Amino acid sequence: MKAIRIGGGAGYAGDRIEPALDLMEKGNLDYIIFECLAERTIALAQKEKQKNPSKGYNPLLEYRMEKVLPLCVSKGCKVITNMGAANPVGAARAVKEMALKMGLQNLKIAAVTGDDVFLNIEQYLDSTIMETGKPLRERYPDIISANAYIGAEGIARALKEGAHIIITGRASDPSLTVAPLIHEFGWEWTDYERLGQATAAGHLLECGAQVTGGYFAEPGYKDVPELWNAGFPISEFSENGDFTVSKLDEAGGLISKATVKEQLLYEIHDPENYLTPDVVADFSQATVEEISANNIIIKGISGKQKSSYYKTSVGYQDGYIVEAEISYGGSGCMNRARLAEEIVRKRIAYTDLSYEELQTDFIGTSSLYGEQTSTNLIPEVRLRVAARCEERKEAMAIGQEVEALYTNGPAGGGGVRVHVEEVISIASILIPEANVRVDVVFEEL
Amino acid sequence: MKLKELAHSRTGDKGNISNVSLIVYHLEDYERLRQAVTAERVKNHFKDIVKGEVIRYELPKMGAMNFVMQEALGGGVTRSLSLDRHGKSLSSYLLEMEISLES
Repeated sequence: MKAIRIGGGAGYAGDRIEPALDLMEKGNLDYIIFECLAERTIALAQKEKQKNPSKGYNPLLEYRMEKVLPLCVSKGCKVITNMGAANPVGAARAVKEMALKMGLQNLKIAAVTGDDVFLNIEQYLDSTIMETGKPLRERYPDIISANAYIGAEGIARALKEGAHIIITGRASDPSLTVAPLIHEFGWEWTDYERLGQATAAGHLLECGAQVTGGYFAEPGYKDVPELWNAGFPISEFSENGDFTVSKLDEAGGLISKATVKEQLLYEIHDPENYLTPDVVADFSQATVEEISANNIIIKGISGKQKSSYYKTSVGYQDGYIVEAEISYGGSGCMNRARLAEEIVRKRIAYTDLSYEELQTDFIGTSSLYGEQTSTNLIPEVRLRVAARCEERKEAMAIGQEVEALYTNGPAGGGGVRVHVEEVISIASILIPEANVRVDVVFEEL
Repeated sequence: MKLKELAHSRTGDKGNISNVSLIVYHLEDYERLRQAVTAERVKNHFKDIVKGEVIRYELPKMGAMNFVMQEALGGGVTRSLSLDRHGKSLSSYLLEMEISLES
């Protein structure tokens, strides 16, 4: 029975490179995917592209490709990635330049475009923002980007045309895996069960080590051997729709029923209806069984017809966030931290600083779960003041109020840190599939 | 006893929605946890954090439940003022829930 082996080469934009190279070297892979695009990353990349039209792709593209390209050629392992971010065409050009310099030959690089719908944003201003239920119009003219989550179709087309490296922008994460499987097995786009299974395989691969013991370990409860050296995952997908997840034997980490179940439900809402641009996948009847150590088989996944809308991430400028912190220690530290908080709040009111929202936390006491877990028996506490303001200068002024606690506040405050950043927020809308035209552009050498 | 003794958990984020899975170590514990850890109980457990409704999805074949919590991330990952903007630490807090051994 035909089986295809796909490696998960990255779990996020800045992930480690060594486990990916090990997989390409020794994993007997047909494909490796690099999922490097979070909701907000693409909006930040669009801003970079505005400054420099040849940029706007993943800043680690060159760093990764320098090591990945030779293995792609020598091992015959095709590379699929959304590292194109806001500029897949620019990324493909950059990769071609690198390949030329390295003396590589017979390489076909594809850029998949069409996800960027920013130019037509005005026609979507009456759309409802999924997060808030309000019209998109209220974010106009602060909108700086709009990218639809496109599916596997463009990538599959590129593979059919013989591409070895496929670079996308905002393709949905599991589509990076669905595309090569469609291409290899020749499924129809209406073969929902297979598309659902492939989506599940992609979902398990797309976060790198999150299925191989990363983000899982808890000493005494869920021990993971050699976590510092956790391998990245390999999925072997069989013609009959069953698929396994495993890793290289020599790599650290752990693949167990428990790690697979945790990752299968990661960022899933209704497990019966996991919406993607390729299919509505159904994970609700999934079963997870161990074949052998670190080799898990997943069955029971199915799928239904997708909707005719694409979820679209709209990036907009959303003011500035300031974060400022100061620590107090020794007996009475909590009293001094509370006094410090009171001073900052009163100073902000007294100096008429405006903010949209202000939050204070006592790190070590209430910063993660609020006051509900607070205890008075703490050896140290760190006050944190965070605010979102319309203007950078207001954000900085609030930070200065915390810094001023050095000479103006309670005894023994130390380690002030102030950080101000511009906020790019995301609003999601649905746009008709028919409005998105997916295209593939090739660079060859 | 704490939930942590019987089950494990992982948090995921999408916008202002947090999902927290709860997966039993042994399938025979699933039914009593299903009865004990209701959506209402979870909503109450997270009352200082989660402003919206909590929906529970059940996956008996995996011995798992998935709690989808609306308005749980301080306005969403990009604009939240919380230290843990993704709510990644919420799974640890779910596992601190006390459940009785009876039933």
